[in-house]
Amino acid sequence: MLPSMIKRQTPSKVMVYLSPVLALVLTLIAGILLFLIMGVSPTAALHAFFIEPVSSFYGVTELGVKATPLILIGVALSLGFKAGVWNIGAEGQLIIGGMCGGAVALFFYEKTGFYIIPLILAAGILGGMLWATIVAFLRTQFNANEILTSLMLSYVAGLFLNLMVHGPLKDPEGYNFPESRLFSESALLPTLFEGTRLHIGFLIALVVVAVGWVLISKTLLGYQIKVMGDAPAAGEHAGFSRSKIIWITLVLSGGVAGLAGVIEVSGPIGQLLPTISPGYGFTAIIVAYVGRLHPIGVLFAAILLALTYLGGEEAQISLNLPVAVTGVFQGLLLFFLLASDVLIHYRIEFKKSLNNQQVVKS
Amino acid sequence: MEILIPALLTIITAATPLLFAALGELVTEKSGVLNLGIEGMMVMGAIIGFVTVHVTGSATLAILASLVAGALMASIFAVLVLKFHASQVPTGLALTIFGIGLSALIGQSMIGIAYDGLPVISIPLLSSIPVLGELLFKHDILVFLSIVMVFVVTWFLYRSRAGLILRAVGDSHDAAHAMGYSVIKIRFLAILFGGAMAGVGGAYLSLAYSPLWVEQMTAGRGWIALALVVFATWRPGRVLLGAYLFGGITILQLHAQALGIGIPSQVMSMLPYLATIVVLVIISSDQSKIKLNSPASLGKAFHPSR
Repeated sequence: MLPSMIKRQTPSKVMVYLSPVLALVLTLIAGILLFLIMGVSPTAALHAFFIEPVSSFYGVTELGVKATPLILIGVALSLGFKAGVWNIGAEGQLIIGGMCGGAVALFFYEKTGFYIIPLILAAGILGGMLWATIVAFLRTQFNANEILTSLMLSYVAGLFLNLMVHGPLKDPEGYNFPESRLFSESALLPTLFEGTRLHIGFLIALVVVAVGWVLISKTLLGYQIKVMGDAPAAGEHAGFSRSKIIWITLVLSGGVAGLAGVIEVSGPIGQLLPTISPGYGFTAIIVAYVGRLHPIGVLFAAILLALTYLGGEEAQISLNLPVAVTGVFQGLLLFFLLASDVLIHYRIEFKKSLNNQQVVKS
Repeated sequence: MEILIPALLTIITAATPLLFAALGELVTEKSGVLNLGIEGMMVMGAIIGFVTVHVTGSATLAILASLVAGALMASIFAVLVLKFHASQVPTGLALTIFGIGLSALIGQSMIGIAYDGLPVISIPLLSSIPVLGELLFKHDILVFLSIVMVFVVTWFLYRSRAGLILRAVGDSHDAAHAMGYSVIKIRFLAILFGGAMAGVGGAYLSLAYSPLWVEQMTAGRGWIALALVVFATWRPGRVLLGAYLFGGITILQLHAQALGIGIPSQVMSMLPYLATIVVLVIISSDQSKIKLNSPASLGKAFHPSR
């Protein structure tokens, strides 16, 4: 009686939505085992990870703060992933966006004006777009693999920001610390609730979810993106331009990642630091997958992964667990999701006779 | 000479981890599988190697442990991709994210501990040749092993029957399957080999290159190794050339600083990444070359239907 996997005639719609839930359950089970190995009480650890951070209103708003960049980048990356365009360097586009927006914020230091915040946001978007443009150009002109170029550019972006906060953007009165000045009030995103850090960036992220949803399901471009990902040959036969899709998805996701970056620096951070992201650009890849490459799904997935960041911080404070646990959780979640996804196309059967030709031994 | 020999020696040490990882990935890719998780496997090799040498004091055990760690990480990838039909790109990325997280978790108590580095082996007589002896015959075991592996991989791929089968699987898994070869089994082994090599490459970083543990100490070398395979157009000899070229670029930054050239250190640190991009662009723009040498089934899922 070996369990065998039998290919479904049509992919299971139910499993598309059930698979992330299954993955989450499996991740929690693996997490419990991990905590047992580390000699930490699993109930205390899980409480610290998933309950404690959201047990106060402030905690819930912090969840929104952490989810904002993940929602933004997750939505943007889903578009590219759907088209088979692998922008793995959203982290770099985020950094450049944050840096450009931050530079504009510093330019308007101690000035006021309603136009300052829109300019900062625009600079962030442009910065991210520019960084992604390099990737799109090298991909379409020279066929250079976008996974590698976008990733290499992430390292370059990190060093570039580091250089800037050590140099031109450094706080002149900062005793030579590699940090910029604190932005003026007029350059900071307004918060939604008094006494919290939840800012209007969260609302922008919700708008991007809506726009992303309309784009992918209601427009010709969205249709082209889907066709190019599922059946590139058919897409080309229908006259869709491969390089156009590459350009659009990359520049769009770069712009949105840049927006996420600038929202970080003029939102919760409020200045430029050598590091402005704990890897949101990479985590957003997981967000996109867990969210089924669908904007609404991404919204929920981003909140879930934002919780792992908050939980990691909480567990560090209350249980002295290393922050790295967050990364392990995130990796496990994606593993289990990818494994669970097999059930979309295959069903498991317990049969004695294995003479069916479509049987794949498991 | 006083500057040149240490510079050349550091190129060798910078190239060795890349050489291991890229050779391993080359074999994996030749079987038709693209594993983007090299960075994760390397960083796990680095920490497991370091922990082992700290606990047991044995460098041999440390290298073996890192080899096993890399292979174990690779086996997660292999099971997901080959058994669960998971897409190769996201699975590889998951492996990297997981590896970076897990290594940081394991390495928590290892921060700030130093290790003497791998013992240097001098080959009798040959190592006493002036200049050349020091450059070629006085290294730690892994440097020698990495060079040996270039020949082993070349021989295996192009001179052995098993290598021929592996390449057949990579070029057309359907044809190989029809001929009765087990595509899944062959790919599983190729992925494990890739993981083991990445693990050893990682161990070189924590045992020899800078013998201590730092979180994310691979710093993108896994990705550079991936680019090296493209640079080499899937040929082991050129992987050697590419790894040493990149070793040279990596080391340029150290010596430029030592010589007091007024370029900011961050710009110098960008060099290996920028060079990777440039090299990738140059190689990729000639598509005929890529098509001629790349495994035809690379990255494609295999679903045995008959």
